[in-house]
Amino acid sequence: MNNNLVPLSELPIGSLGIVKKLAVEGAARRRMLDLGLILDTAVESLLKSPAGDPIAYRIRGAVIALRPEEAKKLLVEVR
Amino acid sequence: MGLTRQSTGTGALKDTFAARPESPADYVIALAGNPNTGKSTVFNSLTGLNQHTGNWPGKTVACAQGKYDYKGDRYLLVDLPGTYSLLANSAEEQVARDFICFGKPHATVVVADATCLERNLNLVLQIMEMTNKVVLCVNLMDEARRKEITVDLQKLGNLLGIPVVGTAARSGEGLAELKETMHKVVSGEVKTKPRKILYDDILERAVAKILPLVTDLTGGSVDGKWVALRLIDGDQALLDSLRSHLHLDLAGDKIFRQKLAAARSVISESHLDLNNLRDSIVTSLIKTAEKISREAVIFGDSTRSQLDRKLDGILTSRLFGIPAMLGLLGIIFWLTIVGANIPSTILANGLFWLEEQLTFFFIRLGTPSWLHGMLVTGMYRTLAWVISVMLPPMAIFFPLFTLLEDFGYLPRVAFNLDYYFKKACAHGKQALTMCMGFGCNAAGIIACRIIDSPRERLIATVTNNFVPCNGRFPTLIALAGMFLAGSANFFGSAVAALAVMAAIVLGITTTLFVSKLLSRTVLKGLPSAFALELPPYRRPQVGRIIVRSIFDRTLYVLGRAAAVAAPAGLLIWLIANIRVGNASILSHCAHFLSPFASALGLDGYILMAFILGLPANEIVIPVLIMGYMAKGEILELGSLEQMRQLFLDNGWTWLTAVCMMLFSLNHWPCGTTLWTIRKETQSLKWTLLSFLVPTAAGIVLCFIVAQGARLLGIA
Repeated sequence: MNNNLVPLSELPIGSLGIVKKLAVEGAARRRMLDLGLILDTAVESLLKSPAGDPIAYRIRGAVIALRPEEAKKLLVEVR
Repeated sequence: MGLTRQSTGTGALKDTFAARPESPADYVIALAGNPNTGKSTVFNSLTGLNQHTGNWPGKTVACAQGKYDYKGDRYLLVDLPGTYSLLANSAEEQVARDFICFGKPHATVVVADATCLERNLNLVLQIMEMTNKVVLCVNLMDEARRKEITVDLQKLGNLLGIPVVGTAARSGEGLAELKETMHKVVSGEVKTKPRKILYDDILERAVAKILPLVTDLTGGSVDGKWVALRLIDGDQALLDSLRSHLHLDLAGDKIFRQKLAAARSVISESHLDLNNLRDSIVTSLIKTAEKISREAVIFGDSTRSQLDRKLDGILTSRLFGIPAMLGLLGIIFWLTIVGANIPSTILANGLFWLEEQLTFFFIRLGTPSWLHGMLVTGMYRTLAWVISVMLPPMAIFFPLFTLLEDFGYLPRVAFNLDYYFKKACAHGKQALTMCMGFGCNAAGIIACRIIDSPRERLIATVTNNFVPCNGRFPTLIALAGMFLAGSANFFGSAVAALAVMAAIVLGITTTLFVSKLLSRTVLKGLPSAFALELPPYRRPQVGRIIVRSIFDRTLYVLGRAAAVAAPAGLLIWLIANIRVGNASILSHCAHFLSPFASALGLDGYILMAFILGLPANEIVIPVLIMGYMAKGEILELGSLEQMRQLFLDNGWTWLTAVCMMLFSLNHWPCGTTLWTIRKETQSLKWTLLSFLVPTAAGIVLCFIVAQGARLLGIA
């Protein structure tokens, strides 16, 4: 196992992460998949909302905002 | 925007399936696509104003239908809800999927965003799995060019095996070609041969186990392989749809159950996880999309998206995000207040001149005075008031608001405010439904379908009325202008705009507070998952906005108001003029309500106006005027100044204006909204709660303000 995995919610703004694990099940997992979040997908942390939550990410060309509750369930390898 | 609730989903489905050709020469075309791809623009451009259902412009809230003729054939276009996927995670996906599968469209056009093709291809590939007659419309080609993204349409078509047309629907580019391509596909002149996805070997083997039986049972009316795959994946919704559309009860079919179990055991004996089969399916789709996109799309090194990020860096920043939001709203209100004054006066003068002419006409005909009173003083005058007070602000407010919407700003509002909604255990998209509520609360209620969780959807539904709709804006704006502005110069109008802003901020605060209260009491629960797309900023099409917002919003709302105001005017004239004892019915009612109303800082006539205004908030002020005038003060009303005088003569102070503004912001939803809530929630209980919650809030707020001000001796 790679020890460099961090939750997506903790990926610093402006950096790129590669999805290595989806720690969700059921409907939430299917929603993630529909966003194109499969293994080895590159995700860039783009910007924080005024309150710092949610955070917007670039996922396969689209900009998607996720709350930390969701984003922390995606483990990424920091590039 | 689309449908999400199960009940509305099936309801809308019924409507959609009513989309049947009127004659054999007609073709039914399904229009599918991701949200934010300009699908609605394509739909509007193709069908013009020839649309069937009145959906709120720009947003597909129900399946709108439209028609156009091409080469002697009539095409019926069905605008499906915008979705990212059709794997039926939500009812809106189910609606779209079922129409494509079982609605038997002659072709399906998928609208995709050229600037974000890879992501859009996921849906395109899924639809190609379901049906052969697919046309891909790569829209927003102009945006792509600006971002130096080149889409090789020819290559894309070859890779997908379907016709591909590039369009920029907002400027009309490529639409003629799209029509021609659709014509060629439905007439069979062009044969489509969609590239099918190659799934994991194990999956393909499992599918092969039930494919012959599924093909046999469905009689080839749907794609067998696709159905087989969905059933192995355990798609309960599809089983239901097969039963309702093809009268096929697979769950009750013993042979099918055995075959399905065999197919699933192929998977459970392999390296694949039966519970996460979806991973494997979606991965195959996304990898294919990735591959195709890599071959057909070339990204230049444009700084355009950099510009988007810079804008977002300001509009959603910690420092400027929320002030910018309030500032933008403030500017819109200020422009509306300043701009509406002069046309409002001109309209009023014109309409009241016409009233005089009507009066002369009636006198010449020698009609009895009660008939003149009913028709002219009652019906016509109320109508004239509604038009002259409402039309100018709406004609300014709606285009400005649509401008923000078209620019792509509204999702940023949801992004900025989501945190606070989460704190209130509600959904960030509730902010979007509130934005729609600014236009019309009934539209806001329908927009609540975009919220997946039923609990959060109910919270959004019950609290939507706390944002003032355009029927209440004129009341707020007029009162602020008359009693709080002081003078009609720049300073005065700025104060009025600030007062309206304060009302909005109060509305938002109340919404959050009540949302929290609801999630602590009757709607207990935790916030659900949240994913919000922030689409690229787009240069608004000013001309188009003006036309569409005038036609779709302004005239629609005005028409509704007028339709209610005319009969209401008649009724109100009657109760204001039929005397029982020594006073009119209206006076009796007002007198009866007076003690309670005065505790809230209002008077009996104001409260009566709100009660009679139940059919539409637009008529509250006209009713009030009529009530005051019937008391004896006959007044030629022509301007806001005269209106102010009338109110002052009836004992108004600034406190009356403030309390009336508060009560306008917080009272029962109008009849249309209540009816919509009843329809959307399918529940009398929630409709009643939606009535009681804002009413209680209004009574409490007005009471505190009125009593507080009197206690402090400032009013």
